[in-house]
Amino acid sequence: MYRYDEFDTDFVSARVEQFTDQVRRRLAGDLDEDQFKPLRLMNGVYLQLHAYMLRVAIPYGTLNGAQMRKLAYVARTYDRGYGHFTTRQNIQFNWPRLKDIPAILEELAKVEMHAIQTSGNCIRNVTADHFSGAAADEILDPRPYAEILRQWSSLHPEFSFLPRKFKIAVTGAPHDRAAVQVHDIGLQAKRDANGNVGFAVFVGGGLGRTPMIARKVRDFLPEEELLAYCEAILRVYNRYGRRDNKYKARIKILVHETGVETLKADIEHAFEEIRHGVLRLPQDEIDRITDYFAAPAFAAGADADALDRATAADPALAAFVERNLQPHKAPGYASVTISLKPIGKAPGDATADQMDAVAALAERYGHDEIRVSHEQNLVLPHVRKADVPAVFEGLKDTGLAEANAGLVTDIIACPGMDFCALATARSIPVAQRISERFGTPDRQRDIGDLKIKISGCINACGHHHVGHIGILGVEKKGEEYYQITLGGSGDENSAIGEIIGRGFSYEEVVDAVETLVDTYIGLRDAPDEDFLAAYRRVGDAPFKEALYGTA
Amino acid sequence: MAAQLFRDGAFVADDWHHLGEDDPLPDSGAVILPLGRYLEVVATAPASLGLAVLLRAGDEPDALQPHLSQLGLIAVDFAKFSDGRGYSIARLLRQRHGFDGELRAVGDVLLDQIPLMRRCGFTAFEIVHAPTRRALEAGHDVEVPLYLQPAERAGERPAGARAWARRPAASRI
Repeated sequence: MYRYDEFDTDFVSARVEQFTDQVRRRLAGDLDEDQFKPLRLMNGVYLQLHAYMLRVAIPYGTLNGAQMRKLAYVARTYDRGYGHFTTRQNIQFNWPRLKDIPAILEELAKVEMHAIQTSGNCIRNVTADHFSGAAADEILDPRPYAEILRQWSSLHPEFSFLPRKFKIAVTGAPHDRAAVQVHDIGLQAKRDANGNVGFAVFVGGGLGRTPMIARKVRDFLPEEELLAYCEAILRVYNRYGRRDNKYKARIKILVHETGVETLKADIEHAFEEIRHGVLRLPQDEIDRITDYFAAPAFAAGADADALDRATAADPALAAFVERNLQPHKAPGYASVTISLKPIGKAPGDATADQMDAVAALAERYGHDEIRVSHEQNLVLPHVRKADVPAVFEGLKDTGLAEANAGLVTDIIACPGMDFCALATARSIPVAQRISERFGTPDRQRDIGDLKIKISGCINACGHHHVGHIGILGVEKKGEEYYQITLGGSGDENSAIGEIIGRGFSYEEVVDAVETLVDTYIGLRDAPDEDFLAAYRRVGDAPFKEALYGTA
Repeated sequence: MAAQLFRDGAFVADDWHHLGEDDPLPDSGAVILPLGRYLEVVATAPASLGLAVLLRAGDEPDALQPHLSQLGLIAVDFAKFSDGRGYSIARLLRQRHGFDGELRAVGDVLLDQIPLMRRCGFTAFEIVHAPTRRALEAGHDVEVPLYLQPAERAGERPAGARAWARRPAASRI
């Protein structure tokens, strides 16, 4: 993984110093709250419903054991003993005190971490496939490019006061696990017939109030032009993105209102001017960054059948292996998903002890690598299959061995009204109740792959638009009300879910989900036709009828 | 409160005056005009009158192309500090148009944004905000003096072998 050199270390220290000074000037009254707000947001400090929230960057979701231990230390020392992993592969702490934040940032800097650009109207933490560098289907590891983009975008002088936030995601596999088509810029790394690296470039995707699937503007952008092209896109967006209404300020609205062809012409014009300039990526710089992401020395060991023998003897382990293991490019290896969705718990939360336990497992069995997935789980990307039983035992000891990756209880939910000042409805308790309803192992496995995503307001932080079943909490006459969408998807066949009909109360919504699931089970062709495939085959009529009766 | 001009590390006397759309044009002196007015009068203004132009956030800097050789000063208005269009305007003037005169940030110009403005090519700042003026007078530096991308400010020095790692010009302000 990427390691700081002296320059990076000095950069982050200087940024901590800068923010410490900004806090001091705020407290002295030299900055008013309006002036201070974008400065603290650019350093991940939000004012939430009950307290400040600090969001720490985990670039493209990659971290090591020492970094995870530091997050545990922060949770234990400055928060209430836990942290919340987010859909953007970051972690947020919900209860720090403003006066402690400079000290927290100093602690983080000791392990090459920071909170730079985890919020605010700037280029946010770049996200990537959580199985990068490990997945069997990967064409190339996207993380070197994510790192190059991270560096270029850090404290970018031109793009620190954009119309709105700006999110970039990169994937290097044909199966898109990074949801690139619902990002402001989505990059799909590929190789041409001659083996040259380039990117399909998507622009203008996003969820929120106006969900849109991104439009492709380049089929193969050569890697050396990546930064110049991104700078051109950002420059066009910075100049012409709407600033009169924050709900219409994302680049997706600019794409929609200008038209993709016109906007593409603007981008190409801006690009042509800088294409051969200083931003052209030198091959030695690409190589230098790529070297940091060299795969560890994989050694599968002699006993290839150890895992098979262990699963034959332990049905719980067999269930875990069936759901939570991902094919690895190296023989004898797998990637292990650590579900942060224990039945009935808040999605994405981990206690300090759990973080320490995961760090220890990564150090002992996982080449010291951990990933955070945008589905709010953790991943040990490189585990010898022979070590999976030991990892499973370690996870059981810390309460994180739920064999539910990709199942109905592997729910994404935003913090909702329990924490967030914007939310209009609770989302975590709805996730907990659905989890309890479907939580028995046999039932969830019978239901199969099903992504439920829950947002507590129309800003859609829970990505409900791309849930196979999406749930949007709204407020109606002082009551929480939940609107259900079906058929959304955030992969290489991205789709926005369709609203099925009138919403349901907080009490009714779990029954409604159960009705949908039972309807699916009744009409699927075969047990391996999953919910989304069945919905795409039959349409919404049977689901509508089951929920609302015939008209 | 009248603005004061900060340039090359010090507050300096300023000979230029801002004129609005309807203010009468003097015969001599030096005035900064909004873009539309500037384009209207540039051909007919008396030779004894110095002219500069003020670009607002939505203005197209391309409109100045025919006049750039005569312009020694372009001001860019930040009506609200949170509106970042002026940064791109500055870069376009330096990059696309090769403008090498004074680029002046005016309006809601605050201490924490000045380092970013400098890197986009601004060389002078009209300061209204009292705490910003006090901090500048005291030499209070708020910049992260390490850069991870190229920009427009002259004199930025490479820092090591990395492609874009830079440090500021030897003289900071």
